[in-house]
Amino acid sequence: MDVFGSFALLLALVCAVYAFVGGIAAIYTRHPLLVKSTRQAGIATCALIFTATFSLEYLFFSDNFSAAYVVSHSNRSLPTFYKVAALWSGQEGSLLFWSFLLSVYVISVLLVYRNKNGELMPYVGVVLAGVQIFFLTLNNFVASPFKSLGMQNPAGGFDFFTRIDGNGLNPLLQYPEMVIHPPNLYSGYTGFTIPFAFALAALLARYPGEKWIHLTRKWTMIAWCFQTVGILLGAHWAYAVLGWGGYWAWDPVENASLLPWLTGTAFLHSVMMQEKRGMMKVWNVWLVFTTFLLCILGTFLTRSGVVSSVHAFAQSSIGSWFVGFMIVIVVVCFTAYVKNRDYLKSENQLDSVVSRESSFLFNNLILLVSCIAVLSGTLFPVFSEWISGSRISVGTPFFNKVNIPIGLLLMFLTGIGPLLAWRKTSTDSLKRNFGWPLLVALISGAALFAAGMRQFYSLVCFMLCIFVTATISMEFYRGARVIKSRGNMNLFSAAYELAWRNTRRYGGYIVHMGMVLIFIGLAGAAFNRDVQKDMQPGSTMQIGPYTLLLQSSDSKPEKNYSAERMIVEVIKNNKPMMLLYPERRFFTTNEQSGTMVAIYSTLLEDLYVVYAGQSPETNAPVIHAYLNPLVKWIWLGGVIVVMGTIVALMPNRRNVFVLSAVQQPAGATPAAPALQTSATYREGHD
Amino acid sequence: MQKQAKFGVGIAVLVLSLGFLAWLGYGESKTYYHTIAELSALQGAERNHRMRLGGTVEPGSIRRLTGRVDFVLEGEGKQLPVSYVGAEPLPDTFVDKSQALVEGRPAPDGRFVAEHVQAKCASKYETAPGADKPGASSGSTQNSM
Repeated sequence: MDVFGSFALLLALVCAVYAFVGGIAAIYTRHPLLVKSTRQAGIATCALIFTATFSLEYLFFSDNFSAAYVVSHSNRSLPTFYKVAALWSGQEGSLLFWSFLLSVYVISVLLVYRNKNGELMPYVGVVLAGVQIFFLTLNNFVASPFKSLGMQNPAGGFDFFTRIDGNGLNPLLQYPEMVIHPPNLYSGYTGFTIPFAFALAALLARYPGEKWIHLTRKWTMIAWCFQTVGILLGAHWAYAVLGWGGYWAWDPVENASLLPWLTGTAFLHSVMMQEKRGMMKVWNVWLVFTTFLLCILGTFLTRSGVVSSVHAFAQSSIGSWFVGFMIVIVVVCFTAYVKNRDYLKSENQLDSVVSRESSFLFNNLILLVSCIAVLSGTLFPVFSEWISGSRISVGTPFFNKVNIPIGLLLMFLTGIGPLLAWRKTSTDSLKRNFGWPLLVALISGAALFAAGMRQFYSLVCFMLCIFVTATISMEFYRGARVIKSRGNMNLFSAAYELAWRNTRRYGGYIVHMGMVLIFIGLAGAAFNRDVQKDMQPGSTMQIGPYTLLLQSSDSKPEKNYSAERMIVEVIKNNKPMMLLYPERRFFTTNEQSGTMVAIYSTLLEDLYVVYAGQSPETNAPVIHAYLNPLVKWIWLGGVIVVMGTIVALMPNRRNVFVLSAVQQPAGATPAAPALQTSATYREGHD
Repeated sequence: MQKQAKFGVGIAVLVLSLGFLAWLGYGESKTYYHTIAELSALQGAERNHRMRLGGTVEPGSIRRLTGRVDFVLEGEGKQLPVSYVGAEPLPDTFVDKSQALVEGRPAPDGRFVAEHVQAKCASKYETAPGADKPGASSGSTQNSM
């Protein structure tokens, strides 16, 4: 199976090269058969990558300990569930998994558009094949997951051997989140390849109009959604597993996943400027290019450990390949831009400071500033070494100082942006749209202040969250009221109906609402508390309203680890509430240990209890308890963001009894601007 | 032109104030990377920088005392006594012969006072896991949000 897999990979590379070279030839000759055969080569590449991936999975499931990768990342007692995840637990497998996910996108694009957009698709195919060639080169020659265990024998030959059992999977990865987090994040990273390919293809082909933007909107949203979920799952994993009481530490790998999210978010907003007003064309193209580059950079930082490694620099040679690839991308993008930049001329100018356009402009500006800040902070050690010779890193205060105000500004724009009119907003409409929300926010801010909240940023954040919630609720209410008056339904079903009639706009609002919940959760971090204590059985500790009583401890052997478990009783208001079981696991195969945090989570706060090991002086168990307010809101917000994205991805429901004259058919490109103002709930907001 | 100027001023104010915040944060958190060998050659103000050093934990040198953990870090043939004074418990991966990164400042008596310790097991295991947190393979006492 290992020979089979590596042969499939090699053949995939051959097909990808054919798709690339043949694709270029097809663009020049326009020969229909050549166009068809290169597309089929693209599909074959994907199919072969699937084959290789499944054969590596097969090696895991058949406990084939002659394959080096299986030996290092699995063992016989590893549960089936984690044998799936073992695929992406190391360098070689992760890179294969990258190719695999990219292929899922590529094959979907090639099949969905096989008879459409004939002008553009050959270019798209070439760009996609180019990206695949890079990763297949790594899969084949730099980090092959199919290497066999073996050693050189004195006669000059090669002796293969097989181990009885493998080393096992890193215990920190043996958690359910770790099975779903990497696929999500990687689906985000790879997914941005599609808008990149379309943008570059449109530029190269001088493809007329904004069509590539309509074509890629859904793909971008899917990638964005995966990226969001991936980031949140990573945060949740860090929170639930690493046991330090937090979910985000601004470390290089976390930052790497945030960077394309920031530019991707900017892109999702700024394309609307191009769709509606024909502006910011250059900006959009470069935003996609940057997002894709940041995805590659993210993969590079994760895979090479150039920044976070305990060693000064990466040990693997993989880094230079990525740097080379990024240089190629920059050169290609820049050349294409310089050659065809006249095609990107803006059709309109900004009209007013208080307009939808300017809110998008500022949204993009601050997202980009945030991205630059995070990027420079992350790469600071590398750059400072180049420039001054000494390696300097920056920590959490740097990232927080810049990004907290940026987050608040973004929240502010989230509230006002969607309600500003295009071109120019009248003072009247400002009053009508923002009067009540502003009042509600100010009153609740005063109430929070009176209740003793003195953390400036958190207070502002809560006020802004209330402001945004109020504006979004008003939008839903206004639209729903119109529908309610015309059909026989209550306000809630009217609001539901409303969302399905203009999925893009109301789905967007739902996503914004999810972000509000996430921000509420983040603001809670300012009020975190923690206590650490050496505890003999029978002793107690106090944290907030809770009393923790250490009852006893037990240990239990499991299939592939043994666990030492503390039994902690939680008492509130002198009433026993429940038992929590923080534990430490010891994995015998690789002599590593891991923490299992016990979390009692409510909407108000999380009681987070860690068994931190035994105290060296007293031999008593050390219990570290945290009280983290509002953390659950972050995960809830994530769920709402996904729901909103799904709504926004759906086609609009046809609406037969209202506005039938201007209603656009489902799935059609947005109607001309003139139609958008002709109905109350279509005021050009999407 | 007037509109353009308004936008220009708005953007400039925004970028400058964020830049100023970034500069504040930089001053507060900048940490120099040094090797143990370089430490003895540092002069004057350079010795008082916040810094990060990497090395291998000398076997048998870990002594857990009240309020601090002492150990010896070894690198490039030189040795450095370190006192870890941070509040977080040391990571599970911090054992004899593990590779460790310590962050803190040198004390006048020649000891290094560390506030954070990251440790990685002597490479029995490949480091970077899946797609993820570096913490995944190396424990840390780092703490933030």
